[in-house]
Amino acid sequence: MRVTFPRMGALDLTFNTLFKQLGAEVVPPPPATKATLALGVKHAPEFACLPLKLMLGNFIQAVELGADTIVMCGGCGPCRLGHYAQVQQQILEDLGYRARVVVLEASVCDLLPKIRHLAPHKSWREILRAINIAWVKMNASDGIESLMLKIRPRAVKPRAVTEIYEQGLQLLAAAHTVEEIRTAHRETFAAVKALPLRAEKPLLRIGIVGELFVALEPLVNQEIERRLGELQVEVKRTLYVSEWVRSHLLWSRQARKQRRAVKDAAQPYLGHWVGGHGLESIGRTIQLAQAGFDGVIQVLPFTCMPEIVAKSILPQISKDYGMPVMTLVLDEHAGEAGIMTRIEAFVDLLERRRKQEDVRYERIFGS
Amino acid sequence: MNVYLGADVGSVSTNMALVDGLGNVLETLYMRTQGQPVQTVQEALKNMAGSLPVTAKVEGVGTTGSGRMLASVLVGADAVKNEITAHAVAALHLVPEVHTVLEIGGQDSKIIILRDGIVTDFAMNTVCAAGTGAFLDQQAARLNIPIEEFGEHALQSSTPVRIAGRCAVFAESDMIHKQQTGHSIPDIINGLCEALVRNYLNNVARGKDVGAPIVFQGGVAANTGIRRAFERALGTEVVVPRHHGVMGAIGAALLAREETVRTGRTFFRGFSAGDLRYRPRSFECQGCENLCEVVEINIEGDVAARWGDRCGKWNIDFKEKLKNSCLI
Repeated sequence: MRVTFPRMGALDLTFNTLFKQLGAEVVPPPPATKATLALGVKHAPEFACLPLKLMLGNFIQAVELGADTIVMCGGCGPCRLGHYAQVQQQILEDLGYRARVVVLEASVCDLLPKIRHLAPHKSWREILRAINIAWVKMNASDGIESLMLKIRPRAVKPRAVTEIYEQGLQLLAAAHTVEEIRTAHRETFAAVKALPLRAEKPLLRIGIVGELFVALEPLVNQEIERRLGELQVEVKRTLYVSEWVRSHLLWSRQARKQRRAVKDAAQPYLGHWVGGHGLESIGRTIQLAQAGFDGVIQVLPFTCMPEIVAKSILPQISKDYGMPVMTLVLDEHAGEAGIMTRIEAFVDLLERRRKQEDVRYERIFGS
Repeated sequence: MNVYLGADVGSVSTNMALVDGLGNVLETLYMRTQGQPVQTVQEALKNMAGSLPVTAKVEGVGTTGSGRMLASVLVGADAVKNEITAHAVAALHLVPEVHTVLEIGGQDSKIIILRDGIVTDFAMNTVCAAGTGAFLDQQAARLNIPIEEFGEHALQSSTPVRIAGRCAVFAESDMIHKQQTGHSIPDIINGLCEALVRNYLNNVARGKDVGAPIVFQGGVAANTGIRRAFERALGTEVVVPRHHGVMGAIGAALLAREETVRTGRTFFRGFSAGDLRYRPRSFECQGCENLCEVVEINIEGDVAARWGDRCGKWNIDFKEKLKNSCLI
């Protein structure tokens, strides 16, 4: 059995570790490039969203490298992602590729037997150990990512932060035990913290909400986090896979509490779940406004249904809370120049707004 | 006299504007880019040099538009800003109480909402360029009417004709169909203007708080037919400023003034930059799987600037380079 999986941000580290520890041979899909996207776009239905297309590109490339088993996530709508595993399997079959698609649903009762099936020669004890190592790694890579978002706008050389981050991911990829992962994590943290910083000044803070895949995959979101960081904006991404696992699979008390808080915040605008992260986008935007963020950027793939619901509600929230919100709709046609212009203009807008507020404050309270 | 130069290098036109220290517009220039930004910018510089007042001294330069990076290296710009900010700054300067800016250029259209002198919201066309200058140009050419007179024809319309404005291709087929069924040209042009305005308001301006005073700028603002269609659709007067076609350049000049007053120096290469030999080239970096497209500008055989790489190993900032050469 030669296992492959879809790529999404740095999630391949976790999947790689999980399946390797389970004793399977892993054929990781090559890093997503424009060629991957072109491959997916060519064979996918035109109005399917970008995640389907890019993942399909991943699968075709991996199968050509010898993978015979594809592990894909499931779901139960209204977000169409839940149906993509079947669609992709059909497309692969039509193209003449032979690969088995294993669909993992978002419940422990479904996950464990399927993982067990992928690792026929391992004991339950070994399986749980593998899951634990993968889980530690996922947390480590998410931890490094969120630290990077904090340090990048403050560093004298923002690009050095990106470099250390990439080295950190390589260290993590090479780590095979919990101890090694912790060491890699510690070393990367130390390297980031040792970077020279600019003189402390209040930075603009922008929150990112929206669809998970687009928010996480830099190829698709045109590296929005790096670009904002280099414009000296502190970015808070509200979406992390480890958070999702905590609230949906592990049922952690804290994560569930947070989830309920997001839902409560969204209540005046949207009273029920609309699939994907639609409800979360609403709730999180309100929480970010309440926390004094300067602005929020919503990212979504073209034709994403849950986020379109959120998109139509966000202008009202923006008005009620006096916080600018910008929506970026991304697909394979999104041009770099257009995205960059919008990001720059949004940052200008927030900067000038803050300056004006400072002037007003001085007028009322003195400097 | 201190003056500031602004350059807006867009897909269709390259505009320049000269502004004095108080923000008065002294000179403007509108040229077609015709796919050759380097030559056009140089040509425009030479033209501007010719119309420069004798006592004027350029104290700062700003660039904007999709070619702003390239232009900034060519002229030695102090301020490099996106076109939304530049247009907003120019509109605010000429109409201080402005609430809404409608801007339709060669290939893009934007809406900018301002309150109390700052931008609070904006949008650009995303998936479709129907209704921008390029399409109007094409239709004017097809109907054999000079683009300058296109809008005037719409004003002579007596009967409304409904044209499908959702897509440029379908709009064209619909216009041909209406011609073949015998509608008059002014009625069809008027129908087209209304369709484009409908399309703009439904796409770009969707969900935006469009309020008066409204300023309409960009090349298409010269088209009186479109302006009237906006006025009918919005039920209020739409102001077209005198320099509507070069507002981006004026904004860039004003931003340059802001920047150089702060830094106290300019990187302007002088109008002689119009005669320098520029050689732009690009290459794909093979250093990693990102395969970044790196752009390099040579001036008189010397590398002046490089950008486009993610990691920064090729990056050369022309300002840093000029600073260092000044030290020597």
